Amino acid sequence: MNYFPDEVVEHVFDFITSHKDRNSVSLVCKSWYKIERYSRQRVFIGNCYSITPQRLIARFPGLKSLTLKGKPHFADFNLVPHDWGGFVDPWIKALAKSRIGLEELRLKRMVVSDDSLELLSKSFPNFKSLVLVSCEGFTTDGVAAIAANCRFLRELDLQENEVEDHRGHWLSCFPESCTSLVSLNFACLKGEINLASLERLVARSPNLKSLRLNRVVPLNTLQNLLMRAPQLVDLGIGSYVDDPSSEVFSKLKAVIQLCNSIRSLSGFLEVAPCCMSAIYPICENLTFLNLSYAPGLQGNDLTKLVQHCRKLQRLWILDCIGDKGLGVVASTCKELQELRVFPSDPFDAGNAAVTEEGLVLISAGCPKLNSLLYFCHQMTNAALITVAKNCTNFIRFRLCILDPVKADPVTNQPLDEGFGAIVRSNKSLKRLSLSGLLTDQVFLYIGMYAKKLEMLSIAFAGDSNKGMLYVLNGCKKLRKLEIRDCPFGDVALLEDMGKYETMRSLWMSSCEVTHGACKTLAKKMPSLNVEIINESEQLEFSLDDRLLVDKMYLYRTLVGHRKDKPEYVLLL
Amino acid sequence: MSPPLLGVEEEVQSSVSSPSVKCISENGMGLKERNYLGLSDCSSVDSSGVSSNLNLKATELRLGLPGSQSPERETELCLLNLGKLDEKPLFPLLPSKDGICSSSQKNVVTGNKRGFSDTMDGFSEVKGYVYTEKSWMFHEAGSDSESPQSVGHGKYPGNSGVNVILSTRSPGVQASVKQDEPANVLQEQPRATNGTSLKQTVISNNNTGAPAAKAQVVGWPPIRPFRTKTLAASSKNNDEVDGKPGPGALFVKVSMDGAPYLRKVDLRTYSTYQELSSALEKMFSCFTLGQCGSHGTAGKETLSESRLKDLLHGSEYVVTYKDKDGDWMLVGDVPWESQDVYRNVQEVENHEEL
Repeated sequence: MNYFPDEVVEHVFDFITSHKDRNSVSLVCKSWYKIERYSRQRVFIGNCYSITPQRLIARFPGLKSLTLKGKPHFADFNLVPHDWGGFVDPWIKALAKSRIGLEELRLKRMVVSDDSLELLSKSFPNFKSLVLVSCEGFTTDGVAAIAANCRFLRELDLQENEVEDHRGHWLSCFPESCTSLVSLNFACLKGEINLASLERLVARSPNLKSLRLNRVVPLNTLQNLLMRAPQLVDLGIGSYVDDPSSEVFSKLKAVIQLCNSIRSLSGFLEVAPCCMSAIYPICENLTFLNLSYAPGLQGNDLTKLVQHCRKLQRLWILDCIGDKGLGVVASTCKELQELRVFPSDPFDAGNAAVTEEGLVLISAGCPKLNSLLYFCHQMTNAALITVAKNCTNFIRFRLCILDPVKADPVTNQPLDEGFGAIVRSNKSLKRLSLSGLLTDQVFLYIGMYAKKLEMLSIAFAGDSNKGMLYVLNGCKKLRKLEIRDCPFGDVALLEDMGKYETMRSLWMSSCEVTHGACKTLAKKMPSLNVEIINESEQLEFSLDDRLLVDKMYLYRTLVGHRKDKPEYVLLL
Repeated sequence: MSPPLLGVEEEVQSSVSSPSVKCISENGMGLKERNYLGLSDCSSVDSSGVSSNLNLKATELRLGLPGSQSPERETELCLLNLGKLDEKPLFPLLPSKDGICSSSQKNVVTGNKRGFSDTMDGFSEVKGYVYTEKSWMFHEAGSDSESPQSVGHGKYPGNSGVNVILSTRSPGVQASVKQDEPANVLQEQPRATNGTSLKQTVISNNNTGAPAAKAQVVGWPPIRPFRTKTLAASSKNNDEVDGKPGPGALFVKVSMDGAPYLRKVDLRTYSTYQELSSALEKMFSCFTLGQCGSHGTAGKETLSESRLKDLLHGSEYVVTYKDKDGDWMLVGDVPWESQDVYRNVQEVENHEEL
């Protein structure tokens, strides 16, 4: 019962911005459901196949911002075949036909076509923001359409997409009247751009706060751009190569000193280490530094740079920084919250750039650490236990030992105890990725202690179905579970089928799940789509129930089987 | 492509004995083939291999020819009965897992192949980041194209050399292919067929000289292909900045049985498999001319042309050198700055070939 008029309630709801909270609000009563749905502007859909665009449009007529995710996470590692799905086209078409005044579209792991982009650019007069992360299927022509047609474009953010580059005139497609840009990120584009157009665009964008360039933008252009945009907060440098004694370089040094708003720095796709000293003046203010795409910087270059970054909160770096370098990070960056260490040479076993020592140093020096992605060559239980003692605030803990089944090299034991310590002491842990030699024991610990865990990634671990069962039974908040190459089979899969309705998705590949079990599951749970990805030509083999399934992806959905599945996907 | 290269490969397999091919020729040395995709013909893999020292062995990359179970097998492509395929757990390191291994003689039919189509769409597999920029894999525009399919490739960092198998397969053998590529990410796409049965075995020396071979599994380590590709491109460019060919240049040793010397190709200069195989054909054409029926009548004329235009430039002699594996290499394939050439230049009489 409402004691307030709807408008008042709606006004109260305006302060509730988190998706989870708004979802909860809508469940209170019919009246609140109605008020909430008319006032909702931002919607997040974690799996584009869980709902149809038509139903979305019907429920939220005031929709302004839509976030969609397509392919499962393991698609990032080539485990999902090419045209599996995740097409944004039907969404854009449906939205275009409707009266939705879309202003923002954020896509992750989706297939986007040039036609979709063009339709998008022409259908929504107030369209302001396009963010594409790990998407594919489009070319710079699509980007050009966005540039040309979205008159009030504020944000064009292309992150790590596979874009076919038609040697962009796309940048020149921004009309002279476009002065609204706040954020422009084209670092993932590989091709040439018109540098003069870029300079003019930046010059007429007084609100530009974030600019990330691709590798073809040379140093002298960078210098010109910074001169015109000293207000930048986030800068991604493309090419950073010059002779330190050149005039251009001295001008750049001078200009950089004026850019005291820069808080975030990335790029350096091409870099001459001797030029890095020009950056030092802005290092003091940096809160985010991403050098994970800069293999041209060696360990000592990185260390020297990091020593200036006392306020750093997030650091993404290559493992050539080494354990010693991480020690420098630990003693300098006391505000560090997030660390990602990527391998510079993932397949070279010999070059042990970072080990457990680096991680221990970081954990000791950076008490605010809450998010970790760490690729290393080895890890010990002792180190993990120490890390668990030092850091109890982890929200994300992702450890990748490059040899996927490597035991503790000191004790030759599995890493169960180490990870056990991590989950025991980090009660807020939401995301966990395991690696190394692991038995069912680690899953027992996870089930017992990781009560807030939402996403778990497992590879080459466990001994038996018990492992998976510990997790399914213990982790009440689990939303995404992805498993590859583990000895989990039908017993684990079918034990608690209702569990999957509380989760977004489950991925199992190269496990011991049979076809028959998947069929059983699909039959008993109509609210789940159970997809078998079968890439063998011999499709008829898939009918034998006893056969093992290579890849299974199941997800809850309100709309049944999807219509756009490729031939090799079997929907049960 | 042309059948003779098949013949080349077979002979290479059996006759090359340099350390760099130890992985192929070391059949009798107790190395076990491991198929990390979990598919292997159990009969060919000694289950006693699940032993305590498997920690290293299990991670060694062993590449067999498509259709073969282990290196000593015939290199004929064989159409395996899918019913014989068994799935083994990956990395069966502990003896206790043996029980799981041998008792689970399952028929794996579905899912024999894994995401090889990933190479097709240019995303390129994670493992191949060194090669990515000018990938010598096929780029397939659409998933169902009929271009020849890609290949397994593997990389053994280290002076043990790298065994790289380039192959395309006809549809019929695709089912069998997958299981023969242990620890190798690249799988071909069964749907996109029509590849010609061309196989070459390429033996290479890794420039870095890092230690033992490392297994490579589909999708491991979990790094986005975009990242590995970008890093590779950046490495290459940075090295060019420094003015020398860096680790980005991937020189691969190519040998042909019966030839007096080996060649080296920079895989990064080829963007398609087609280009590479034509280049290799041209390289070795001077040696293959005259073999009966190997090229077929149609090819003869082009071959004589290329023979005339051969590197030898009419000279009776070519300059070769002996590299660290003891193979005779033709001078000129690798940039001068390379250590290889500095130390080992020798002249060899080449009149036999002409």
